[in-house]
Amino acid sequence: MVVKLAKVDVVVVGTGWAGGVVSAELSKAGYKVVALERGKNVTRDDYIGVKDELRYTDRYEMMQNLASDTVTSRNYVDETALPVRTRKEVMIGTDLGGGSVHWAGATYRWKPYDFEIRSKTIERYGKNKIPADMTIQDWGITYDEMEKYYDRWEKTAGISGEPDPIGDMRSSDYPNPPMKESPAIRLFMDTTKKMGYHPYRVPAGNLSQAYVNPDGEQMNQCMFCSFCSHYGCDFGAKSDPLVTVLPTAMKTGNFEARTGAYVRRVLYKGGKATGVLYTDTMTGEEFEQPADVVVLAAFTFTNNRLLLLSGIGKPYNPNTRQGVIGRNFNAQFNITFLGARGFFKDKKFNYYMGAGALGATLSDFAGDNFDHSNVDFINGGGIELRQYGDGAIATNHVPKGTPGWGEEFKKNSIYYTNRSLVVWYTMATMSYWHNFLDLDPTYKDNFNDPLLRVTYKYTDQDRNMAKFGIEKSREIMEAMGADIIDEDEVPEEFDHVYDGMHYAGGVIMGTDPATSAVNNYLQMWDVDNLFVVGGSAFPQFAGHHPTATIGALAYRASEGIVNYLKNGGQLVEAKQKSSIV
Amino acid sequence: MADKSTGTNGMSRRTFIKNSGLVAGGLVGGGLFGGLLTNQFQKKPEILSDAKMSGGLQEARVFINRAEDFNILSAATERLFPKDSLGPGAIELGVPFFIDKQLAGEWGMNAKEYMKGPFITNIQAAGNHNNSNNQDSQGPNAATQVPAPTPRYQSILNRSEIFTLGLRKIDQVAQEDFGARFVDLAPDKQDEVLRMFEEDKVEMKGVGSSNFFYLLLQTTLEGAYADPVYGGNKNMMGWKMKEYPGPRMSYLDKIDVEEFIVMEPESLRNYQGH
Repeated sequence: MVVKLAKVDVVVVGTGWAGGVVSAELSKAGYKVVALERGKNVTRDDYIGVKDELRYTDRYEMMQNLASDTVTSRNYVDETALPVRTRKEVMIGTDLGGGSVHWAGATYRWKPYDFEIRSKTIERYGKNKIPADMTIQDWGITYDEMEKYYDRWEKTAGISGEPDPIGDMRSSDYPNPPMKESPAIRLFMDTTKKMGYHPYRVPAGNLSQAYVNPDGEQMNQCMFCSFCSHYGCDFGAKSDPLVTVLPTAMKTGNFEARTGAYVRRVLYKGGKATGVLYTDTMTGEEFEQPADVVVLAAFTFTNNRLLLLSGIGKPYNPNTRQGVIGRNFNAQFNITFLGARGFFKDKKFNYYMGAGALGATLSDFAGDNFDHSNVDFINGGGIELRQYGDGAIATNHVPKGTPGWGEEFKKNSIYYTNRSLVVWYTMATMSYWHNFLDLDPTYKDNFNDPLLRVTYKYTDQDRNMAKFGIEKSREIMEAMGADIIDEDEVPEEFDHVYDGMHYAGGVIMGTDPATSAVNNYLQMWDVDNLFVVGGSAFPQFAGHHPTATIGALAYRASEGIVNYLKNGGQLVEAKQKSSIV
Repeated sequence: MADKSTGTNGMSRRTFIKNSGLVAGGLVGGGLFGGLLTNQFQKKPEILSDAKMSGGLQEARVFINRAEDFNILSAATERLFPKDSLGPGAIELGVPFFIDKQLAGEWGMNAKEYMKGPFITNIQAAGNHNNSNNQDSQGPNAATQVPAPTPRYQSILNRSEIFTLGLRKIDQVAQEDFGARFVDLAPDKQDEVLRMFEEDKVEMKGVGSSNFFYLLLQTTLEGAYADPVYGGNKNMMGWKMKEYPGPRMSYLDKIDVEEFIVMEPESLRNYQGH
């Protein structure tokens, strides 16, 4: 029996940056908000004294328990997908605060080119520059319109950084100065400056100083303790929803976060969402939470799966290329973050120290910052050097040609601990008609609901851009003076390992309901009171880390939800239907 | 109540600072603090005196039933991570006990993995096994992964079952192809056996032999370098070889220092103040 609860103004599914920002903004505006989180309740106290590499990095303590559900994965439309069974093969965040708690903290704004990629590519290079298979599209919003939301989120999160010297318009500087500079970062900055590039410090969600954000939340200075990416912060010095937007929402008295609440359906009647159905994971009881507005702000996979399971929106069909839910799935998998690793025979770096977003970068080969007339791809990516602070288990990098185990491996892996650096290309990934999400016909979860199926393959664009990035990284590593340089290899195909949590799309933004699921307020075209917030809205993936854009979109969506609650109706007028083949 | 006879002399400076930190941080209320203080005072001094020694009483099998299976595991891990002039090998580091404990727990039992059917147990034959994928060497998680490839896990067997089958298979291959028990083979012959597993040349029931081999390699390296609380990295000897300091509160005053800084390692036990 389903227990029907009292109606609230807004029910939010998910408590990461997307759900957290929406919860804070709506509860501050006076609306009653309930957020549902499938994972457990956690506080900062859960992360004090847990500097344990095995438990957090190798056993994925903070990732979703896959026993009930995971995704299935295949490369091609005619293949049988297999479930991605282990947490070593797929990282999905869970628990209060979501993936935003164990993130590294690298925080880039995406570029004007990214938001209007189709128009701007055609404008500069002509229509033929975009391959026929590629389904990239403009977002229906420009960088100039996004700027104030980026600015707001950066202030909420207390980002520490300096402007990109060849970057775009900013209404104000980062709220905190860049983090301290380590010798490895100094080497990268000095070297790339000499090469004529424009390096700058990675904008970081690790705080360079104590800071109080505009909502009055206090964050502390980062200690460079190195237990950062994959970990919750020991010190409240990494910006995450647990130390920012969730307490902000809580203080209003209008907010309740319900953990162990596994949402299974969006309830839908007469063109409107009426609430959500969820199961209490502690008792097995089923509840209906009615609401005036439903916000899906979970991870990309969950946002897509819930819409497909609920029968809301037209599912994408790759054969007809019609339908929208699941369309343009895009991600940064094992063909991204490739570059060159340098081994230094006579120089040691204190690489056991660090922080998730401690690093340096340059945007000279990002977006459309360089001429693509003579290269066989569009877009680009940042080039980064990061000093995460490497654990003892992870630090086993050896020069190519070293066996994978035995005497020589042991000797080299120990010798080169603290003697190797990597420079990589955080390249963009474009969208294609053949990369999409739908429901798996075979594999089910504990409730007998189908799992989400991912169909994803690489293209020449991916391989060409990766090769380009590796070459540029190699040149930098050479100039940095490494004695041995190993270039990464461009993989032939996607390997079904979902590393790094940068998977997006499927419920994408746009101007046309035929090719997008949500408008530029993240409001569904088909259902006025349903907003779908998060990386699921990205029509394609830009060449930088995604979190700032998710945070900014969440502020944009919050504005839209308040508008909707006041005035109702569609907030954006749809453009005429485009013809799609 | 606190026992006055032990007094503050029974507390190390570290313990005292940690308790003070608890008060200053306001993380515990008065009543609870009293309880913690009492517990600290009741600790026997000898526990603190061997704070850097791994517990010998924990070196017993809790998953692997047969002593001969454990001996095969010991010999195999020692070949993957041998003792040499740099320092101890897998056996001296307690790696076999580490692996045994891992197999007994949630990881060995695949408690948090998706283990619903149908299972494709001949995935090698299906050709999308991804045997060469080495996440540690490149790509998004290059800074965090163990240097062991990640073939697609599609077996109906959990990891502890794979280890049991794999260890016995190692001995079977040793006897059939090399004419002796694995533990009695010369090191170079032992390597040959292991390489056959690595290269998927051994047929195992329900799982690829390389899947087993990479789990063995992964856990061997984890056992050498994980916090000693898990039974490996005995006396932090793995960390000492790497000049790894263990968990520390802060590098705020060191992060910009040019010279390499070597510190005597400390473990989670130190960090958490037990």
